[in-house]
Amino acid sequence: MDNNKKISIEVSDDLRDTPIRVAYVKSHSSIAVERQRDEEVMTFPHLIIREALLFQLLLIVMVIWSLFIDAPLEGIANPEFSPNPSKAPWYFLGLQELLHFFPPIVAGVLLPALVIIALIVIPYFSINWDRSSMWEGNIRKKFFRLSICVVLFNIPFVIYKAAPLYVCSIIIYSFMILPLVFRGKNGFMRRISRLGLADWIMSWFLLVTTVLILIGVFFRGPEWRWIWPWIDGIY
Amino acid sequence: MKYYDKIMKGRIARSIFRTGLPTSNYRKSLVILNNLFLHIHPVKVKKSTLKFTSTFYLGALSFGLFIILVVTGIYLMFYYHPSVPLAYRDMKDLEFAVSNGKLLRNLHRWSAHAMVLIVFLHMLRVFFHRAFRPPKEFNWVIGVFLFVSTLLLSYTGYLLPWDQLAYWAVSVGTNMMKATPIIGDDIRFLLLGGNVIGENALLRFYVLHCVILPLVITMLIGVHFWRIRKDGGLSSGSKQVADGKRDMILGKNLGVSTEEVLNDRDAEK
Repeated sequence: MDNNKKISIEVSDDLRDTPIRVAYVKSHSSIAVERQRDEEVMTFPHLIIREALLFQLLLIVMVIWSLFIDAPLEGIANPEFSPNPSKAPWYFLGLQELLHFFPPIVAGVLLPALVIIALIVIPYFSINWDRSSMWEGNIRKKFFRLSICVVLFNIPFVIYKAAPLYVCSIIIYSFMILPLVFRGKNGFMRRISRLGLADWIMSWFLLVTTVLILIGVFFRGPEWRWIWPWIDGIY
Repeated sequence: MKYYDKIMKGRIARSIFRTGLPTSNYRKSLVILNNLFLHIHPVKVKKSTLKFTSTFYLGALSFGLFIILVVTGIYLMFYYHPSVPLAYRDMKDLEFAVSNGKLLRNLHRWSAHAMVLIVFLHMLRVFFHRAFRPPKEFNWVIGVFLFVSTLLLSYTGYLLPWDQLAYWAVSVGTNMMKATPIIGDDIRFLLLGGNVIGENALLRFYVLHCVILPLVITMLIGVHFWRIRKDGGLSSGSKQVADGKRDMILGKNLGVSTEEVLNDRDAEK
Protein backbone atom coordinates (compact mmCIF):
# COMPACT_ATOMS: atom_id res chain seq x y z
CA MET A 1 0.00 0.00 0.00
CA ASP A 2 3.01 2.29 -0.06
CA ASN A 3 1.89 5.10 -2.22
CA ASN A 4 4.92 7.22 -2.76
CA LYS A 5 3.30 9.62 -5.16
CA LYS A 6 3.41 12.94 -3.48
CA ILE A 7 0.53 15.25 -4.02
CA SER A 8 1.77 18.53 -5.29
CA ILE A 9 -0.03 21.62 -6.33
CA GLU A 10 0.68 22.81 -9.79
CA VAL A 11 -0.04 26.36 -10.56
CA SER A 12 -0.24 27.56 -14.07
CA ASP A 13 -2.25 29.99 -16.09
CA ASP A 14 -2.65 27.65 -19.02
CA LEU A 15 -5.92 25.78 -18.53
CA ARG A 16 -5.02 23.12 -21.08
CA ASP A 17 -1.91 22.27 -19.11
CA THR A 18 -3.42 22.14 -15.62
CA PRO A 19 -7.17 21.95 -15.74
CA ILE A 20 -8.93 22.97 -12.56
CA ARG A 21 -10.51 20.07 -10.75
CA VAL A 22 -12.85 20.28 -7.84
CA ALA A 23 -13.26 17.26 -5.60
CA TYR A 24 -15.85 17.18 -2.88
CA VAL A 25 -16.70 14.51 -0.37
CA LYS A 26 -20.33 13.96 0.54
CA SER A 27 -21.12 13.41 4.17
CA HIS A 28 -22.48 9.91 3.51
CA SER A 29 -19.62 8.56 1.48
CA SER A 30 -16.54 7.41 3.23
CA ILE A 31 -13.11 8.57 2.43
CA ALA A 32 -10.51 6.01 1.50
CA VAL A 33 -8.14 5.96 4.39
CA GLU A 34 -4.70 4.56 3.96
CA ARG A 35 -4.03 2.38 6.92
CA GLN A 36 -0.68 1.45 8.28
CA ARG A 37 0.14 -2.19 7.71
CA ASP A 38 0.71 -4.22 10.82
CA GLU A 39 4.29 -4.43 11.78
CA GLU A 40 5.61 -7.88 11.01
CA VAL A 41 8.36 -9.86 12.66
CA MET A 42 10.22 -13.02 11.71
CA THR A 43 8.41 -16.17 12.84
CA PHE A 44 11.75 -17.66 13.79
CA PRO A 45 12.69 -16.79 16.47
CA HIS A 46 9.86 -14.53 17.68
CA LEU A 47 6.93 -16.96 17.47
CA ILE A 48 8.79 -20.26 17.69
CA ILE A 49 10.49 -19.34 20.94
CA ARG A 50 7.14 -18.35 22.45
CA GLU A 51 5.56 -21.62 21.37
CA ALA A 52 8.44 -23.65 22.78
CA LEU A 53 8.32 -21.80 26.11
CA LEU A 54 4.55 -22.08 26.28
CA PHE A 55 4.69 -25.83 25.77
CA GLN A 56 7.37 -26.24 28.42
CA LEU A 57 5.33 -24.21 30.85
CA LEU A 58 2.17 -26.15 30.06
CA LEU A 59 3.96 -29.46 30.59
CA ILE A 60 5.40 -28.28 33.91
CA VAL A 61 2.00 -27.13 35.13
CA MET A 62 0.29 -30.35 34.05
CA VAL A 63 2.97 -32.56 35.63
CA ILE A 64 2.81 -30.67 38.94
CA TRP A 65 -0.99 -30.87 38.90
CA SER A 66 -0.79 -34.61 38.19
CA LEU A 67 1.83 -35.21 40.87
CA PHE A 68 -0.31 -33.72 43.61
CA ILE A 69 -3.88 -34.55 42.62
CA ASP A 70 -4.86 -38.09 41.75
CA ALA A 71 -7.38 -38.94 39.07
CA PRO A 72 -10.50 -40.47 40.61
CA LEU A 73 -10.88 -44.24 40.55
CA GLU A 74 -13.75 -45.99 42.25
CA GLY A 75 -14.61 -49.67 42.64
CA ILE A 76 -15.01 -51.93 39.61
CA ALA A 77 -18.09 -51.27 37.49
CA ASN A 78 -21.15 -52.99 38.87
CA PRO A 79 -24.32 -52.86 36.75
CA GLU A 80 -26.34 -54.13 39.72
CA PHE A 81 -25.55 -51.20 41.97
CA SER A 82 -26.08 -47.66 40.74
CA PRO A 83 -24.60 -44.88 42.84
CA ASN A 84 -26.98 -42.14 43.92
CA PRO A 85 -26.69 -39.74 42.19
CA SER A 86 -25.08 -40.97 38.96
CA LYS A 87 -23.37 -37.97 37.44
CA ALA A 88 -22.10 -37.52 33.90
CA PRO A 89 -18.64 -35.99 33.29
CA TRP A 90 -18.63 -32.33 34.39
CA TYR A 91 -18.87 -30.94 30.85
CA PHE A 92 -22.15 -32.80 30.35
CA LEU A 93 -23.56 -31.92 33.76
CA GLY A 94 -25.21 -28.85 32.26
CA LEU A 95 -27.22 -31.16 30.02
CA GLN A 96 -27.97 -33.50 32.88
CA GLU A 97 -29.19 -30.54 34.89
CA LEU A 98 -31.47 -29.58 32.01
CA LEU A 99 -32.79 -33.15 32.07
CA HIS A 100 -34.09 -32.33 35.52
CA PHE A 101 -36.36 -29.64 34.06
CA PHE A 102 -37.22 -30.75 30.53
CA PRO A 103 -38.31 -34.04 28.96
CA PRO A 104 -35.35 -36.09 27.67
CA ILE A 105 -36.06 -35.29 24.03
CA VAL A 106 -35.66 -31.57 24.74
CA ALA A 107 -32.72 -31.68 27.13
CA GLY A 108 -30.85 -34.59 25.57
CA VAL A 109 -31.41 -34.04 21.86
CA LEU A 110 -33.10 -30.79 20.91
CA LEU A 111 -31.13 -28.31 23.02
CA PRO A 112 -27.64 -29.74 22.32
CA ALA A 113 -28.47 -29.90 18.61
CA LEU A 114 -29.69 -26.31 18.68
CA VAL A 115 -26.53 -25.17 20.47
CA ILE A 116 -24.28 -26.83 17.90
CA ILE A 117 -26.31 -25.45 14.99
CA ALA A 118 -26.29 -21.99 16.56
CA LEU A 119 -22.51 -22.14 16.95
CA ILE A 120 -22.04 -23.24 13.35
CA VAL A 121 -24.16 -20.47 11.84
CA ILE A 122 -22.57 -17.66 13.87
CA PRO A 123 -20.23 -16.41 11.13
CA TYR A 124 -22.98 -16.50 8.51
CA PHE A 125 -25.66 -14.84 10.56
CA SER A 126 -24.90 -11.17 10.45
CA ILE A 127 -22.65 -9.09 8.28
CA ASN A 128 -22.71 -6.02 10.43
CA TRP A 129 -20.89 -7.45 13.43
CA ASP A 130 -19.14 -4.30 14.56
CA ARG A 131 -21.35 -1.41 13.73
CA SER A 132 -24.49 -1.86 15.76
CA SER A 133 -24.09 -1.30 19.46
CA MET A 134 -27.23 -1.90 21.47
CA TRP A 135 -28.56 1.54 22.26
CA GLU A 136 -28.33 3.63 19.15
CA GLY A 137 -31.09 5.10 17.07
CA ASN A 138 -34.66 4.65 18.21
CA ILE A 139 -34.01 3.59 21.77
CA ARG A 140 -37.68 3.36 22.84
CA LYS A 141 -38.55 1.02 19.95
CA LYS A 142 -35.47 -1.09 20.51
CA PHE A 143 -36.23 -1.35 24.21
CA PHE A 144 -39.77 -2.63 23.60
CA ARG A 145 -38.65 -5.09 20.95
CA LEU A 146 -35.92 -6.42 23.18
CA SER A 147 -38.21 -6.76 26.17
CA ILE A 148 -40.88 -8.61 24.18
CA CYS A 149 -38.28 -10.96 22.71
CA VAL A 150 -36.80 -11.69 26.13
CA VAL A 151 -40.23 -12.40 27.61
CA LEU A 152 -41.27 -14.69 24.74
CA PHE A 153 -37.94 -16.49 24.83
CA ASN A 154 -38.25 -17.19 28.53
CA ILE A 155 -41.88 -18.35 28.62
CA PRO A 156 -40.94 -22.04 28.06
CA PHE A 157 -38.35 -21.85 30.83
CA VAL A 158 -40.93 -20.43 33.24
CA ILE A 159 -43.50 -23.06 32.23
CA TYR A 160 -41.01 -25.85 32.88
CA LYS A 161 -39.83 -24.13 36.07
CA ALA A 162 -36.25 -24.07 34.81
CA ALA A 163 -35.18 -21.42 37.29
CA PRO A 164 -31.46 -21.25 36.39
CA LEU A 165 -32.33 -20.41 32.79
CA TYR A 166 -34.72 -17.56 33.37
CA VAL A 167 -32.72 -16.18 36.27
CA CYS A 168 -29.71 -15.97 33.94
CA SER A 169 -31.93 -14.24 31.38
CA ILE A 170 -33.01 -11.69 33.99
CA ILE A 171 -29.40 -11.04 34.97
CA ILE A 172 -28.27 -10.52 31.38
CA TYR A 173 -31.36 -8.43 30.59
CA SER A 174 -30.67 -6.17 33.57
CA PHE A 175 -27.13 -5.63 32.42
CA MET A 176 -28.39 -4.85 28.93
CA ILE A 177 -30.74 -2.11 30.08
CA LEU A 178 -28.36 -0.80 32.72
CA PRO A 179 -26.97 1.92 30.43
CA LEU A 180 -30.53 3.20 29.94
CA VAL A 181 -31.09 3.60 33.67
CA PHE A 182 -27.70 4.98 34.60
CA ARG A 183 -26.47 7.16 31.84
CA GLY A 184 -23.10 7.31 33.46
CA LYS A 185 -20.08 8.32 31.51
CA ASN A 186 -17.77 6.14 33.55
CA GLY A 187 -15.77 3.31 32.03
CA PHE A 188 -17.98 0.34 32.87
CA MET A 189 -21.26 1.85 31.65
CA ARG A 190 -19.71 3.03 28.44
CA ARG A 191 -18.19 -0.34 27.90
CA ILE A 192 -21.38 -2.36 28.27
CA SER A 193 -23.43 0.14 26.29
CA ARG A 194 -21.10 -0.50 23.38
CA LEU A 195 -21.65 -4.27 23.32
CA GLY A 196 -23.67 -5.60 20.42
CA LEU A 197 -26.61 -7.98 20.60
CA ALA A 198 -24.39 -10.90 19.57
CA ASP A 199 -22.14 -10.30 22.57
CA TRP A 200 -25.12 -10.35 24.89
CA ILE A 201 -26.47 -13.60 23.47
CA MET A 202 -23.06 -15.25 23.83
CA SER A 203 -22.75 -13.88 27.37
CA TRP A 204 -26.11 -15.40 28.19
CA PHE A 205 -25.00 -18.76 26.78
CA LEU A 206 -21.76 -18.56 28.74
CA LEU A 207 -23.55 -17.64 31.97
CA VAL A 208 -26.15 -20.40 31.55
CA THR A 209 -23.48 -23.01 30.79
CA THR A 210 -21.38 -22.00 33.78
CA VAL A 211 -24.30 -21.82 36.19
CA LEU A 212 -25.78 -25.17 35.09
CA ILE A 213 -22.42 -26.93 35.34
CA LEU A 214 -21.69 -25.43 38.76
CA ILE A 215 -25.14 -26.48 40.00
CA GLY A 216 -24.63 -29.96 38.58
CA VAL A 217 -21.20 -30.38 40.14
CA PHE A 218 -21.72 -28.83 43.57
CA PHE A 219 -25.38 -28.45 44.37
CA ARG A 220 -26.94 -31.76 43.41
CA GLY A 221 -27.09 -34.74 45.74
CA PRO A 222 -29.06 -37.99 45.98
CA GLU A 223 -32.23 -38.10 43.85
CA TRP A 224 -30.86 -34.97 42.18
CA ARG A 225 -32.05 -32.96 45.17
CA TRP A 226 -30.66 -29.52 45.87
CA ILE A 227 -27.87 -29.64 48.47
CA TRP A 228 -25.44 -27.18 49.96
CA PRO A 229 -21.89 -28.44 49.33
CA TRP A 230 -20.57 -26.94 52.59
CA ILE A 231 -23.19 -28.84 54.60
CA ASP A 232 -23.74 -32.09 52.71
CA GLY A 233 -20.45 -32.32 50.85
CA ILE A 234 -19.88 -32.83 47.14
CA TYR A 235 -21.41 -35.80 45.41
CA MET B 1 30.93 -21.65 21.04
CA LYS B 2 33.86 -22.24 18.69
CA TYR B 3 33.27 -25.98 18.65
CA TYR B 4 29.54 -25.47 18.34
CA ASP B 5 30.15 -23.34 15.28
CA LYS B 6 32.51 -25.92 13.86
CA ILE B 7 30.04 -28.73 14.33
CA MET B 8 27.10 -26.77 12.98
CA LYS B 9 29.06 -25.78 9.90
CA GLY B 10 30.38 -29.29 9.40
CA ARG B 11 29.25 -31.65 6.68
CA ILE B 12 27.03 -33.84 8.84
CA ALA B 13 25.18 -30.99 10.50
CA ARG B 14 24.66 -29.30 7.17
CA SER B 15 23.22 -32.49 5.74
CA ILE B 16 20.65 -32.52 8.52
CA PHE B 17 19.99 -28.81 9.02
CA ARG B 18 20.36 -27.56 5.48
CA THR B 19 19.66 -24.04 6.52
CA GLY B 20 22.74 -23.47 8.62
CA LEU B 21 22.74 -21.14 11.60
CA PRO B 22 19.90 -18.64 11.47
CA THR B 23 22.10 -15.60 11.50
CA SER B 24 20.37 -13.55 8.84
CA ASN B 25 16.74 -12.89 8.05
CA TYR B 26 17.12 -14.98 4.91
CA ARG B 27 18.29 -17.97 6.91
CA LYS B 28 15.63 -17.33 9.57
CA SER B 29 13.02 -17.59 6.86
CA LEU B 30 14.61 -20.82 5.61
CA VAL B 31 14.28 -22.30 9.11
CA ILE B 32 10.54 -22.09 8.65
CA LEU B 33 10.37 -22.93 4.97
CA ASN B 34 12.65 -25.96 5.06
CA ASN B 35 11.12 -27.65 8.06
CA LEU B 36 8.18 -30.00 7.64
CA PHE B 37 6.81 -29.21 11.10
CA LEU B 38 7.43 -25.48 11.13
CA HIS B 39 6.34 -24.66 7.61
CA ILE B 40 2.71 -24.52 8.71
CA HIS B 41 3.82 -21.11 9.98
CA PRO B 42 4.30 -18.16 7.68
CA VAL B 43 7.82 -16.75 7.53
CA LYS B 44 6.65 -13.53 9.11
CA VAL B 45 3.86 -12.92 11.58
CA LYS B 46 2.01 -9.81 12.61
CA LYS B 47 3.56 -8.38 15.73
CA SER B 48 0.14 -7.58 17.19
CA THR B 49 -0.84 -11.27 17.21
CA LEU B 50 2.15 -12.14 19.41
CA LYS B 51 0.82 -10.02 22.25
CA PHE B 52 -0.49 -12.23 25.05
CA THR B 53 -3.89 -10.58 25.29
CA SER B 54 -4.59 -10.84 21.58
CA THR B 55 -5.00 -14.64 21.66
CA PHE B 56 -4.06 -15.67 25.23
CA TYR B 57 -2.30 -18.45 23.28
CA LEU B 58 -5.40 -20.58 23.82
CA GLY B 59 -5.18 -22.32 20.45
CA ALA B 60 -1.53 -23.15 21.04
CA LEU B 61 -2.40 -24.40 24.53
CA SER B 62 -5.15 -26.64 23.14
CA PHE B 63 -2.69 -28.10 20.66
CA GLY B 64 -0.07 -28.51 23.40
CA LEU B 65 -2.56 -30.42 25.53
CA PHE B 66 -3.45 -32.55 22.53
CA ILE B 67 0.23 -33.47 22.11
CA ILE B 68 0.50 -34.37 25.80
CA LEU B 69 -2.64 -36.49 25.43
CA VAL B 70 -1.35 -38.33 22.38
CA VAL B 71 1.97 -39.15 24.02
CA THR B 72 0.54 -40.22 27.38
CA GLY B 73 -2.30 -42.00 25.58
CA ILE B 74 0.05 -44.14 23.52
CA TYR B 75 2.01 -44.88 26.69
CA LEU B 76 -1.17 -45.98 28.45
CA MET B 77 -2.09 -48.27 25.57
CA PHE B 78 0.93 -50.43 26.44
CA TYR B 79 -0.67 -51.25 29.77
CA TYR B 80 -4.33 -51.50 28.89
CA HIS B 81 -6.59 -54.36 27.82
CA PRO B 82 -10.04 -53.31 26.62
CA SER B 83 -11.86 -56.26 28.14
CA VAL B 84 -14.10 -56.43 31.14
CA PRO B 85 -12.28 -57.70 34.17
CA LEU B 86 -8.83 -56.78 32.81
CA ALA B 87 -9.51 -53.09 32.13
CA TYR B 88 -10.10 -52.32 35.77
CA ARG B 89 -7.19 -54.50 36.89
CA ASP B 90 -4.95 -52.53 34.55
CA MET B 91 -5.98 -49.34 36.36
CA LYS B 92 -4.85 -50.94 39.62
CA ASP B 93 -1.64 -52.07 37.95
CA LEU B 94 -1.01 -48.52 36.78
CA GLU B 95 -1.54 -47.36 40.32
CA PHE B 96 0.58 -49.93 42.13
CA ALA B 97 2.79 -51.90 39.72
CA VAL B 98 3.82 -49.75 36.77
CA SER B 99 6.55 -47.25 37.55
CA ASN B 100 5.11 -43.77 37.29
CA GLY B 101 1.89 -45.34 36.09
CA LYS B 102 -0.17 -43.17 38.38
CA LEU B 103 1.48 -40.02 37.10
CA LEU B 104 0.87 -41.18 33.55
CA ARG B 105 -2.82 -41.74 34.14
CA ASN B 106 -3.21 -38.50 36.10
CA LEU B 107 -1.48 -36.57 33.35
CA HIS B 108 -3.74 -38.07 30.71
CA ARG B 109 -6.93 -37.49 32.65
CA TRP B 110 -6.22 -33.95 33.83
CA SER B 111 -4.98 -32.92 30.40
CA ALA B 112 -8.20 -34.21 28.92
CA HIS B 113 -10.27 -32.13 31.33
CA ALA B 114 -8.04 -29.12 30.74
CA MET B 115 -8.36 -29.53 26.98
CA VAL B 116 -12.17 -29.41 27.09
CA LEU B 117 -11.96 -26.18 29.07
CA ILE B 118 -9.19 -24.57 27.03
CA VAL B 119 -10.84 -25.39 23.69
CA PHE B 120 -14.06 -23.80 24.97
CA LEU B 121 -12.18 -20.70 26.11
CA HIS B 122 -10.45 -20.58 22.73
CA MET B 123 -13.85 -20.55 21.07
CA LEU B 124 -15.00 -17.68 23.31
CA ARG B 125 -11.84 -15.71 22.55
CA VAL B 126 -12.39 -16.09 18.83
CA PHE B 127 -16.03 -15.08 19.21
CA PHE B 128 -15.48 -11.95 21.28
CA HIS B 129 -12.64 -10.85 19.02
CA ARG B 130 -14.82 -11.53 15.98
CA ALA B 131 -11.95 -13.53 14.55
CA PHE B 132 -14.40 -15.59 12.46
CA ARG B 133 -15.18 -12.83 10.04
CA PRO B 134 -14.70 -13.45 6.33
CA PRO B 135 -12.74 -15.13 4.94
CA LYS B 136 -12.53 -17.24 8.10
CA GLU B 137 -16.16 -18.30 8.45
CA PHE B 138 -15.53 -21.91 7.58
CA ASN B 139 -12.53 -22.19 9.86
CA TRP B 140 -14.89 -21.32 12.71
CA VAL B 141 -17.16 -24.16 11.59
CA ILE B 142 -14.19 -26.54 11.63
CA GLY B 143 -13.43 -25.20 15.08
CA VAL B 144 -16.94 -26.13 16.24
CA PHE B 145 -16.38 -29.66 14.93
CA LEU B 146 -13.05 -29.73 16.76
CA PHE B 147 -14.83 -28.77 19.97
CA VAL B 148 -17.40 -31.53 19.46
CA SER B 149 -14.60 -34.03 18.71
CA THR B 150 -12.83 -32.98 21.89
CA LEU B 151 -15.99 -33.65 23.90
CA LEU B 152 -16.49 -37.02 22.23
CA LEU B 153 -12.87 -38.01 22.82
CA SER B 154 -13.14 -37.08 26.46
CA TYR B 155 -16.45 -38.89 26.78
CA THR B 156 -15.33 -42.13 25.11
CA GLY B 157 -12.21 -42.11 27.27
CA TYR B 158 -14.38 -41.78 30.36
CA LEU B 159 -15.61 -45.38 30.11
CA LEU B 160 -12.22 -47.01 29.71
CA PRO B 161 -11.17 -47.31 33.41
CA TRP B 162 -14.30 -49.45 33.90
CA ASP B 163 -14.96 -48.27 37.43
CA GLN B 164 -18.30 -47.26 38.93
CA LEU B 165 -17.73 -43.60 38.00
CA ALA B 166 -17.04 -44.50 34.37
CA TYR B 167 -19.85 -46.99 34.04
CA TRP B 168 -22.64 -44.82 35.42
CA ALA B 169 -21.48 -41.59 33.82
CA VAL B 170 -21.61 -43.31 30.45
CA SER B 171 -24.99 -44.83 31.32
CA VAL B 172 -26.41 -41.36 31.90
CA GLY B 173 -25.12 -40.18 28.53
CA THR B 174 -26.20 -43.16 26.47
CA ASN B 175 -29.64 -43.12 28.08
CA MET B 176 -30.02 -39.53 26.91
CA MET B 177 -29.36 -40.78 23.39
CA LYS B 178 -32.41 -43.01 23.61
CA ALA B 179 -34.59 -39.93 23.62
CA THR B 180 -33.73 -39.18 19.98
CA PRO B 181 -36.90 -39.79 17.97
CA ILE B 182 -37.02 -42.85 15.68
CA ILE B 183 -33.28 -43.60 15.53
CA GLY B 184 -32.46 -43.15 19.24
CA ASP B 185 -32.39 -46.82 20.16
CA ASP B 186 -30.47 -47.74 17.01
CA ILE B 187 -27.77 -45.15 17.67
CA ARG B 188 -27.39 -46.45 21.19
CA PHE B 189 -27.22 -50.04 19.95
CA LEU B 190 -24.61 -49.07 17.37
CA LEU B 191 -22.47 -47.27 19.92
CA LEU B 192 -22.69 -49.94 22.62
CA GLY B 193 -22.66 -53.01 20.41
CA GLY B 194 -25.66 -54.24 22.36
CA ASN B 195 -28.41 -53.03 24.63
CA VAL B 196 -26.34 -52.76 27.79
CA ILE B 197 -22.92 -51.35 28.58
CA GLY B 198 -20.75 -54.45 28.56
CA GLU B 199 -17.69 -55.96 26.90
CA ASN B 200 -18.74 -54.84 23.42
CA ALA B 201 -19.35 -51.29 24.54
CA LEU B 202 -15.92 -51.14 26.14
CA LEU B 203 -14.26 -52.40 22.97
CA ARG B 204 -16.18 -49.94 20.79
CA PHE B 205 -15.38 -47.01 23.04
CA TYR B 206 -11.74 -48.12 23.04
CA VAL B 207 -11.53 -48.20 19.25
CA LEU B 208 -13.35 -44.87 18.98
CA HIS B 209 -11.12 -43.33 21.61
CA CYS B 210 -7.78 -44.65 20.37
CA VAL B 211 -8.21 -44.88 16.61
CA ILE B 212 -11.19 -43.24 14.97
CA LEU B 213 -11.60 -40.00 16.91
CA PRO B 214 -7.85 -39.25 17.11
CA LEU B 215 -7.65 -39.67 13.34
CA VAL B 216 -10.63 -37.38 12.84
CA ILE B 217 -9.34 -34.72 15.21
CA THR B 218 -5.83 -34.85 13.75
CA MET B 219 -7.20 -34.27 10.28
CA LEU B 220 -9.43 -31.44 11.46
CA ILE B 221 -6.50 -29.83 13.31
CA GLY B 222 -4.45 -30.00 10.11
CA VAL B 223 -7.19 -28.31 8.10
CA HIS B 224 -7.78 -25.77 10.87
CA PHE B 225 -4.10 -24.72 10.91
CA TRP B 226 -3.80 -24.76 7.15
CA ARG B 227 -6.77 -22.48 6.77
CA ILE B 228 -5.42 -19.96 9.27
CA ARG B 229 -2.45 -19.62 6.94
CA LYS B 230 -4.56 -19.42 3.83
CA ASP B 231 -6.97 -16.93 5.32
CA GLY B 232 -4.26 -14.45 6.12
CA GLY B 233 -2.99 -15.29 9.58
CA LEU B 234 -4.41 -14.88 13.05
CA SER B 235 -6.81 -12.12 13.93
CA SER B 236 -5.86 -10.40 17.11
CA GLY B 237 -9.10 -8.54 17.51
CA SER B 238 -7.26 -5.26 17.34
CA LYS B 239 -8.96 -2.83 15.02
CA GLN B 240 -5.89 -2.27 12.89
CA VAL B 241 -6.13 -5.51 10.98
CA ALA B 242 -4.12 -5.39 7.79
CA ASP B 243 -5.79 -3.75 4.86
CA GLY B 244 -8.51 -5.56 3.00
CA LYS B 245 -6.35 -6.14 -0.01
CA ARG B 246 -6.58 -9.87 -0.43
CA ASP B 247 -5.93 -12.23 -3.21
CA MET B 248 -9.48 -13.24 -3.99
CA ILE B 249 -8.56 -16.75 -5.09
CA LEU B 250 -5.96 -17.71 -2.55
CA GLY B 251 -7.33 -15.57 0.24
CA LYS B 252 -3.80 -14.61 1.14
CA ASN B 253 -2.74 -11.19 2.16
CA LEU B 254 -0.94 -9.53 -0.65
CA GLY B 255 1.84 -7.06 -0.40
CA VAL B 256 3.73 -8.65 2.43
CA SER B 257 7.06 -6.99 2.41
CA THR B 258 9.60 -9.56 1.42
CA GLU B 259 12.18 -6.98 0.50
CA GLU B 260 14.13 -7.43 3.66
CA VAL B 261 14.37 -11.17 3.12
CA LEU B 262 15.33 -10.85 -0.52
CA ASN B 263 17.95 -8.23 0.23
CA ASP B 264 19.54 -10.60 2.69
CA ARG B 265 19.59 -13.37 0.14
CA ASP B 266 21.20 -11.16 -2.45
CA ALA B 267 23.76 -9.99 0.05
CA GLU B 268 24.78 -13.56 0.70
CA LYS B 269 25.23 -14.49 -2.92
